[in-house]
Amino acid sequence: MLPRDALAEALRAAPRPAMVAFLTAGYPEPASFLDVLTDVANVADAVEIGVPFTDPMADGVTIQRSSHAALSKGVSLEWILNTLAERDGGFAAPLLLMSYLNPLLAFGLDALAERSAQAGVSGFIVPDLPFEESAPMRAALAPAGLALVQLVTPATPRDRLALLCKQSQGFVYAVTRTGITGTGSGLPAESADYLAAVAAASDLPVCAGFGVRTREHVEAIGAHADGVIVGSALIEALERGESPAAFLKALRP
Amino acid sequence: MTNPDVAQADDLLEALIAGTCPDAHGRFGEFGGCYVPETLMPAVTRLAEGVHHYLRDPDFRARLNDELEHWVGRPTALTHAPGLSALWGADVWLKREDLAHTGAHKINNTIGQALLAQALGAERIVAETGAGQHGVASAAACARIGLPCVVYMGAVDVARQALNVDRMRRLGAEVIAVESGDQTLRAAIDEAIRDWVSDPVATYYLLGSAIGPHPYPYLVRELQSVIGKEARAQIIARSGSLPDAAFACVGGGSNAIGLYHGFLGDRDVALFGIEAGGHGPALGEHSATLSAGKPGVLHGTYSVLLYDSDGQIQETHSVSAGLDYPGVGPEHALLRQIGRVDYRTATDDEALAALDECCAAEGILPALESAHALAGARRWASENPGTKILIGMSGRGDKDMPILAEHPVGSSTQSEDARNAAA
Repeated sequence: MLPRDALAEALRAAPRPAMVAFLTAGYPEPASFLDVLTDVANVADAVEIGVPFTDPMADGVTIQRSSHAALSKGVSLEWILNTLAERDGGFAAPLLLMSYLNPLLAFGLDALAERSAQAGVSGFIVPDLPFEESAPMRAALAPAGLALVQLVTPATPRDRLALLCKQSQGFVYAVTRTGITGTGSGLPAESADYLAAVAAASDLPVCAGFGVRTREHVEAIGAHADGVIVGSALIEALERGESPAAFLKALRP
Repeated sequence: MTNPDVAQADDLLEALIAGTCPDAHGRFGEFGGCYVPETLMPAVTRLAEGVHHYLRDPDFRARLNDELEHWVGRPTALTHAPGLSALWGADVWLKREDLAHTGAHKINNTIGQALLAQALGAERIVAETGAGQHGVASAAACARIGLPCVVYMGAVDVARQALNVDRMRRLGAEVIAVESGDQTLRAAIDEAIRDWVSDPVATYYLLGSAIGPHPYPYLVRELQSVIGKEARAQIIARSGSLPDAAFACVGGGSNAIGLYHGFLGDRDVALFGIEAGGHGPALGEHSATLSAGKPGVLHGTYSVLLYDSDGQIQETHSVSAGLDYPGVGPEHALLRQIGRVDYRTATDDEALAALDECCAAEGILPALESAHALAGARRWASENPGTKILIGMSGRGDKDMPILAEHPVGSSTQSEDARNAAA
């Protein structure tokens, strides 16, 4: 099975709602990152690994902080792929890389696809790469069967929603609120209709995120989506020195 | 980046001259495009439609032209520079954007975009600023139009440009100090984009240079091309012919692209862009993006950038805050690639010396940004004696007085050279 199909399958097979966790690579410490990742992958159904970038324009203060900390400790895409390759795919959940485009372009898209597949990565989320600009990335990822996940938002017009859901791979990332990561809390009142529209347009699992902080949020989103994405709240748990696995377990209904 | 062959380069230049570049996807050759978070896609699509409609709308153009004439003070003067001409052995002319309202070319863009924001039904405007010139011009245009204005400014810049912060506040803008990232222009753009992402329907992002996602590089160029159109007509009327060369400073590149667009089709007019060489060629010591950078994506556009082997954007340095940016407009990346514009650098010292020379010879205090163009022109004139040179004076230097206070007249090694040459 191609990695992108295995990703979709893992999210479908998980107890609903599936849980997608976000970790900034190398945070809080590069030396302990594989242990953190292993623990989180034992609880989550998929893990997004954030590639730190100097200019994370779609991220709120929490992920800005963790990205900056990781960069200052020398974390790079090269380090991430080497570190993951050490473990040779031995994680309990599929892994994705979430990265702004420039580090990927600097690495080289063909080399990126090859090295990512070798490192056991299933796909990519690239917040500053809209579908219209994604042809080179999709072409590079296709031979290795890696997913390029499309995001949709409450502001996405219906015809565009259909296009993005059709073109997404692995799952559809439904942003639940207009804004940057880590802002607001819970589920806006109008989200039920929006998530229903996304689900209707998509053959892939729909995972919803932005502002998920409590078990109540997870339950509320789980009523309308196949999965939930937990990012900033998990990074904040790490900042407080808590166990990320325990934090995620406590969010499970 | 593949270099186009001669025929392709000529086709791309013809498209620029004919007005068919950028294409519908905002591409200047391979550069440009629209790399924004999905949340912003409906907003940039609406903006592109609005730009397409209003820039061709006679009523909108009439309103804009009225503001440009009676509020901005256009056309700006073309000033002959006999003092510099004698010193350099050239015939030197200055296009005086420093005489425009608020003291720089920035106002051409902000009044146009503020009118566009109003036409599109925006309820508030956000802008970024480095040294504060775009922030002041945005605040003034928003006050004129009657829209609330929020300006993001790096905390470092807030501290070193206190005068402009006060100007913006007096003009009614809310100034927010950005504590994240490098706390300068780049971080201010990041933060302005975050604000826009949070409210893409009611908020209009008034970007200050010919950078960013499509349609901004096109929109800003169209609003700034008034500089080149006026300058071309003025220099022909006053001197009887076109210049041999035209010079502009390049940070993001809005004043330069505006000047060049008057002369792109005049193949005998050599065009030069002068970037900030800062302290020297080491990474982090300059802002010479086109001279030292590589293609990449930042702030929504595929252009040439300064970044390290991991793709991380680099810190830059220039004595001139307005040139202190690690990217450049995508149209400049194309103009360099096809060889229509020659991009060179001037160091901090060369710019400071050129500023002093212009003050003494012409009684004009240029902005430190514009002083880079003067320095580049001065060097070229020494290699090409007897030529006619047009220089874009993008702004006035009053804002730079706190920085100039740290560099007393004659303190740079370059000024000694200048004095010796003059003697």
